[in-house]
Amino acid sequence: MIGLAHYLTVAAILFTIGVLGIFLNRRNVILMLMAIELILLAVNINLVAFSAYLGDLTGQVLAMFVLTVAAAEAAIGLAILVIFFRRRGSIAVDDVNRMRG
Amino acid sequence: MIAILAFYLFATLTIASAIAVIFARNPVHSVLWLILSFFNAAGLMLLLGAEFIAMLVVIVYVGAVAVLFLFVVMMLDIDFASLRSGFTRNLPFGIIIAMVLAFEIVVAIMSHKAGPVLADGRIAAPSQPNIVALGQLLYSRYLLPFEIAGLILLVAMIGAIVLTHRRRGDLRTPNASRQIRRRREDSIRNANPGVGEGVKL
Repeated sequence: MIGLAHYLTVAAILFTIGVLGIFLNRRNVILMLMAIELILLAVNINLVAFSAYLGDLTGQVLAMFVLTVAAAEAAIGLAILVIFFRRRGSIAVDDVNRMRG
Repeated sequence: MIAILAFYLFATLTIASAIAVIFARNPVHSVLWLILSFFNAAGLMLLLGAEFIAMLVVIVYVGAVAVLFLFVVMMLDIDFASLRSGFTRNLPFGIIIAMVLAFEIVVAIMSHKAGPVLADGRIAAPSQPNIVALGQLLYSRYLLPFEIAGLILLVAMIGAIVLTHRRRGDLRTPNASRQIRRRREDSIRNANPGVGEGVKL
């Protein structure tokens, strides 16, 4: 019998992998953004699992809003990445402090 | 039985492809693993009875976000090998931190039985289709957040366009405001020249 704890454990492992991805690829902004997507996916699994086991659809509505924000964040983040690459020729995070507008 | 098998299949593939996302050497492979992870997470949500969210994950994450990542990774000419320089140095410490974090979260999950809310642990059979119920909730109680979500998407779209738009100097684009400002009497003049005099330009 698959219970709530199973889903929460999967989401927890996914969240941890996302945090580990941010920690390991500290110079590669694209991989950091992908790790953030993984974290938001884990949050979505959590919300949907709670929504299903509580019999309350609010969790799924919230999951939709998280999805919206994730899409907006990816669009803006990648746009910033593209203009940063145009200006500096690299996407290493170490160079970001030299941007100054 | 099939549900249990499907759960373990989807869960294992989600986690395995998520690990492959952060450890893949080629970022294009990373994006492809990310797509696999999204598909399997959608399968998990299907098992939970949230069909609409599952389809939304496939459409939004795979169809829009992952393709956006793919385009950016392929468009930018980046030396990814040099970006991995700190990888092995951060690896032991990062794994320790991840282990501690995972342990804390799992302990917190295990304590959910302390509350009375989730005692039976079965998914209740829905009385109406998932999309119908979600739509009724979204257009009544959560109408304002729904509209604000649309506004956020609009702001993100305009922001992304404004950020990446660049004015190129080598193009002869028409000056729209000058064209609109131009009137008939500025450019056309009726003349009635006498014979043999010609038109003065």
